[in-house]
Amino acid sequence: MTFLSYLISGISLGSVYALIALGYTMVYGIAKMLNFAHGDVIMIGGFVVFTAVSSMNTSAPIAIVCGIIACVVLGVAIEKIAYKPLRNATPLAVLITAIGVSYFLQNLALIIFGSAAKNFPDILKLEDLQLAEGLTVTGEAVVTILITIVIMIVLTLFINYTKIGTAMQAVSEDRGAAQLMGVNVNTTISITFAIGSALAAVASVLLCASYPLLSPYTGAMPGIKAFTAAVFGGIGSIPGAMIGGILLGVIENLSKAYISTELSDAIVFGVLIIVLIVKPTGILGKKMNEKV
Amino acid sequence: MAMLEVRDLEVNYGAINAIKKISFDVNEGEVIALIGANGAGKTTTLHTITGLLKAKGGSVKFEGKELLKTPPHKIVEMGMAHVPEGRRIFQQLSVYKNLTMGAFIRKDKAGIEETLAKVYEKFPRLEERKKQIAGTLSGGEQQMLAMGRALMSNPKIVVMDEPSMGLSPLFVGEVFKIIEEIKASGTTVLLVEQNAKKALEIADRAYVLETGKIVLSGDAKDLMNDDSVKKAYLGE
Repeated sequence: MTFLSYLISGISLGSVYALIALGYTMVYGIAKMLNFAHGDVIMIGGFVVFTAVSSMNTSAPIAIVCGIIACVVLGVAIEKIAYKPLRNATPLAVLITAIGVSYFLQNLALIIFGSAAKNFPDILKLEDLQLAEGLTVTGEAVVTILITIVIMIVLTLFINYTKIGTAMQAVSEDRGAAQLMGVNVNTTISITFAIGSALAAVASVLLCASYPLLSPYTGAMPGIKAFTAAVFGGIGSIPGAMIGGILLGVIENLSKAYISTELSDAIVFGVLIIVLIVKPTGILGKKMNEKV
Repeated sequence: MAMLEVRDLEVNYGAINAIKKISFDVNEGEVIALIGANGAGKTTTLHTITGLLKAKGGSVKFEGKELLKTPPHKIVEMGMAHVPEGRRIFQQLSVYKNLTMGAFIRKDKAGIEETLAKVYEKFPRLEERKKQIAGTLSGGEQQMLAMGRALMSNPKIVVMDEPSMGLSPLFVGEVFKIIEEIKASGTTVLLVEQNAKKALEIADRAYVLETGKIVLSGDAKDLMNDDSVKKAYLGE
């Protein structure tokens, strides 16, 4: 029974990683870049929700909506200001810019909110749930898993059954050919950043609900873990990010429970290395088509 | 006024001056062939016309409107479809979704359905395989899909880049038959081909491109009988 409870909290942690990993993987698929500032967008989302609840006394749903809007605006603005001028630059220049944006956001938060970690208010106010004799899980874990399942279903339907979703797949596969179909690549990239950032905002609320400490560096570690999850699942693949995120959370939690808390991160990254040795494109990664 | 007017077009490809001030016209309803050896600049010319490459100088006017400052997605809206070299279909999408991508700029649902029915009529194989992932089609079928996809936007002019490249003789014949059908339906065609013989057989007029310059132009029939063309491109 304790194993099951560790497993469920692992799936919950992994769900948060999966939501963040979706942002990495979608942006990579469509804009062909690694947005290393993505983790810090989560942190900013957390601070927006925190400020709305504790300083302006707004209700939780309104605060969450504010967080989502702020993240979407921020994500799209980052793309327009920092990445768009580099659309034809070398990947290395874009990568370094993304790292720069990441530090910019962390230091911006440092100036505004200070370095001391804030106690994130208990905005979801959920009771623990007793699923069976001796099997109790936190309400946050259950809500996190349920919200993530709903988001994944909606996102999968959106990608596969809407015109914009199909266009996103087309741009991801062949940007030039998609342009020849009349797809505006800049708009598609903006939509991708908007979706990724909205998911980041949701992730920030779920993350802070389970781990209620908020500092300018809150986004860094989940960001790196989620990036790892995206690579683990196969970067560019949406189902890959979902599976990779959840697996990573489960591995991390079970390592903490049964092996060692200190070594859990090492184990997580060790598993990543093994996966990449066996299958360099990740679990669901597709082999790149060779152009003739 | 010609439908498509290219004037003094200059394009650099990296450090290379790939297109050196070329001019040509495509009139409505014509099939124009652009022939030349590998590296003569044929694909570069087409990519510049449809906006994938930036020109260094000159002008490209489509129905009087300048294309060189128009982004590629707007050029499709103006009525120009491009069947790119190497087909470039969306390998991971189904045949049906590839075709709907061809109609991306259109909002008239009934009209799209009508065009889709016409495309399926022209390419029955695509209808049989509409649910199949496009990457699993044979090369010839992929070329049919690329052509069908271009027709889905209901274009006034179709620009085709090496549609017969790498295909079996059976499919090569099929491709040229379809180009003739497209012409018969009133759509203008600008065709780039290495298979000069086949291209000249169906074209009204042709331009011969050599290292970025137009060295010869005229009626396709006259060019077929031209000694230098015969020697260089028809292997006679």
